[in-house]
Amino acid sequence: MTIPLGGVCAPGSTLVNKTGGWRTFKPVFDYDKCIKCKLCELLCPDMSVDPRDDGFFEFNYDFCKGCGICANECPKDAIEMVLEEK
Amino acid sequence: MKSLLAPGHRGCAGCCDAMAAKFTLMAAGEDCIVVSPTGCLEVMTTPYPESSWGVPFIHSLFENNAAVASGIEAALKSKGEMGNTKIIAMGGDGATLDIGMRSVSGAFERGHDFTFVCIDNEAYMNTGVQRSAATPFAASTTTSPSGKVSFGNIRPKKNMPAIIAAHGSPYVATTSIGYPKDMIRKVKTAVDVEGPTYVHAHSPCTTGWGFDTSKTVEVAKMAVETCLWPLYEMEDGEITKVKKIKNPKPVEDYLKMQRRFKHLFTKEGGDEFIKQIQALADENIVKFGLQ
Repeated sequence: MTIPLGGVCAPGSTLVNKTGGWRTFKPVFDYDKCIKCKLCELLCPDMSVDPRDDGFFEFNYDFCKGCGICANECPKDAIEMVLEEK
Repeated sequence: MKSLLAPGHRGCAGCCDAMAAKFTLMAAGEDCIVVSPTGCLEVMTTPYPESSWGVPFIHSLFENNAAVASGIEAALKSKGEMGNTKIIAMGGDGATLDIGMRSVSGAFERGHDFTFVCIDNEAYMNTGVQRSAATPFAASTTTSPSGKVSFGNIRPKKNMPAIIAAHGSPYVATTSIGYPKDMIRKVKTAVDVEGPTYVHAHSPCTTGWGFDTSKTVEVAKMAVETCLWPLYEMEDGEITKVKKIKNPKPVEDYLKMQRRFKHLFTKEGGDEFIKQIQALADENIVKFGLQ
């Protein structure tokens, strides 16, 4: 590893670190209940709720740590936390 | 909207710091430079050779966080390259209220055009939950543990927003990560106001406070709803806006959610301390006119 002067890191380079493996429970959308309020996208501390072209959202399981904030705060209970199984 | 903070950072599941950083970047936009001292935020977002930040980010020491921000501002100004660039110093409560206090005070006194965002999780979480000046009354930390005799931290929280306001800051605000829109609006106002501005964000830490990772936002909201954390804005030292709480909840609702206050419910004599905490909330209601 070469260290550049001042120890510079490239922007957004933590993308190589897939934190999805930390998860015990994974969030799953119920699109029938979702009202596209965007609260889950706003609150996610791991930026793992990505918008889709149709206005709904999907989870990025590569990075979602399964904290469950989205499911806890969803006003329509449209997100369920299910046990991760291998 | 694509976040300027990339995923893959090492924050705990349900991390409050990541949320506070995300909201700050949403408010400030691309054209900003962030300075942050060692602490959870820096350690989890920039483990060398990686960085989560999509904007220029500089790692400083605890002691010189605001001084580094002042230097950047002064350099850009003297080179005539300031433009619309926002300088933001972000630090935890330790870096703001304790160790970094001198440089924060200096930067505000010199009147640099920058914004300081304090992410207040009420203890030194990165090193293992040691008490800080922001730790609330009766909270158990590893250096103020509850035990046979002790009921946790014996001192109330330092009133940092008032100290910054006393420096003559044109804009001081308290906010909470439980109210993202409030926080984004306040940080946006702060970066747009010329001069040294301050935003103090209350940020519940799942690891240090002891609650489930899914409750970060719920706990943050409860602190506001029980009036233990009033949300207000100060312009030129005068309180101009306050978030009203119509029906304040009893402080027990907030305390019983967290492991750090567990001893107040299990130990004999704990109810006396709960009464004292309720008195602090009632004092806030009167002092800030929350109702």
